[in-house]
Amino acid sequence: MRITHKILCRIFTNHSWKCVATFLCLAMCCARVFAFEISSEMSEAVAPTTQIVAAQNIFAKNVLAHNAPAQDANPPLVEPVNAAADFKPAATPTAAPARHWFNSEKTALFLWIVFIGAAVTVSVWLAKSGRPIRIRRIAALEAVDNAVGRATEMGRSILFVPGIQDMDNIQTVAGLTMLGRVAKTAAEYDATIEVPTCRSLVMEAARDTVRASYLSAGRADGFSADRITYITDDQFGYVAHVVGSMVREKPATCFYMGCFFAESLIFAETGNAIGAIQIAGTAESSQLPFFVAACDYTLIGEEFFAASAYLSGEPAQLGTLRGQDVGKFAVVVLIALGVLASTILVMAPNAAAAVWFLYVLQKVLGG
Amino acid sequence: MKRIIPMWIAIIGGFAMMLSSFVPLAESAGEMFADVFNVVAAIAFVLGAGSLAKQHLEKLSRRDAGWGYSVITLGSFLITLFIGMLKIGIHPNPSFPQAAYSGSNDAEGSAWSWIYEYMITPLTSTMFALLAFFVASAAFRAFRAKNTEAILLLVTAFIVLLGRTFAGVVLTGWFPDWASGLRLENLSIYVMQVFNTAGNRAIMIGIALGVAATGLRILFGIDRSWLGGGDA
Repeated sequence: MRITHKILCRIFTNHSWKCVATFLCLAMCCARVFAFEISSEMSEAVAPTTQIVAAQNIFAKNVLAHNAPAQDANPPLVEPVNAAADFKPAATPTAAPARHWFNSEKTALFLWIVFIGAAVTVSVWLAKSGRPIRIRRIAALEAVDNAVGRATEMGRSILFVPGIQDMDNIQTVAGLTMLGRVAKTAAEYDATIEVPTCRSLVMEAARDTVRASYLSAGRADGFSADRITYITDDQFGYVAHVVGSMVREKPATCFYMGCFFAESLIFAETGNAIGAIQIAGTAESSQLPFFVAACDYTLIGEEFFAASAYLSGEPAQLGTLRGQDVGKFAVVVLIALGVLASTILVMAPNAAAAVWFLYVLQKVLGG
Repeated sequence: MKRIIPMWIAIIGGFAMMLSSFVPLAESAGEMFADVFNVVAAIAFVLGAGSLAKQHLEKLSRRDAGWGYSVITLGSFLITLFIGMLKIGIHPNPSFPQAAYSGSNDAEGSAWSWIYEYMITPLTSTMFALLAFFVASAAFRAFRAKNTEAILLLVTAFIVLLGRTFAGVVLTGWFPDWASGLRLENLSIYVMQVFNTAGNRAIMIGIALGVAATGLRILFGIDRSWLGGGDA
């Protein structure tokens, strides 16, 4: 067993495993791209054949439909179709549908994105030019340093749970940005941080994030990749591991930052039972009440996404929060206009108000 | 370089996904990036499995407390892996009877399906069932009437809880028609449709704007903390 362990550890620590994975990854990506191109060509090549088959099917169906009443006493379920009218020779060239270069149904959404992008860009530029930006105090983020300090004083670890979704979820990305900040503080305080992950890709991303944080804190020797582990993709298998390790190791501080579902309350209640300071953040509105009930601090919705910018204190990042607020103001104005138009529609129904209200509702708000 | 390349991959991929939503001609590019992500995630599973094996083998070799559970974990992992890869108990797909491994792992009666149905499902259901007790303990703590806000929360919770059960109908069903709005079932609907929906929508609007701002921060390379922070 010991020999097997040594061999496996050697394999895993020699990075050859990573090289194999990288090679496989590149090979599969290339294969996928080629397959995509080949399938496109194939589909174009077989298109006339498909058309012929379809024409033959219509012809056969119509012939059968004409013959069926003579042989079958039951009335046909499908009305006979005029074969001459429906049948088109396969060789006849058909007009190809033209593809628009822009999806006009999403114009309102596109304009919204442009507006918010412009607001963010202008705010960043203003912030960089030295204009002061006032950001309201967020208690949960103010408590991060204290929570990490508490773990250091107690000589216990910090638990960071980055949610149960993969890297294609923006909440997981936001959770990892938060992990970068927490890991840097932990490195400065010489505290231990444990990160169990539910996805392999998140594990790799979290390792890189924590490694870079330790490097930027000047404590590269304190980083250990073994503290950032992959558990399982299974939701409740992951919960069983995390809750079990919480009960056994009793971390002093627990962070839950990312996308959570039914496991949110199990984590938060277990953390509460072991007396840990708990800071949670998620954009899953259905899970927010559970975190609010069981955690000491909760980042609600937009606060969770603002966390990274808030903690960095960099003018450029704080400027994006200002841009976000401009977008929020625009939404408030639109809501007020919608309420006004709706009221006018009820009080004095006339065509102009109705058209305006319906336009705002359907086109701008997407109702 | 280790930060610049991932950052540019994120920027190009992000803009491609955004474009694919608005430009029909770029839809295939968006699908291709999604496929590449799936491939990378699938390959990363090799690293995950390696991490899992190393973690438990170390625990075993050190004879840490609870090393017996590591034996069970590794044993279960290997058994499930081999059963899945060798497709034990799976008949070939009727469309390809000559190909021995053409059957699906999900096929009824297969060993893999048996493991899933009779081992994984009961275990996950057990974990899920614990949630009921945690809800009770969290509700007990949240509903303690410590201050005005907590009292409001408690009263609202009781209205909704009673209004959504027969108890609400039994208690207030005798109210006359002119006071039907005060019946618990109607009050419950009112609370959920007006107060709850308004609050929920406010949070959702904030989340949407937060997602947009975070996406733009990453796409513009302003926020690099997911790469460990600092300059690229």
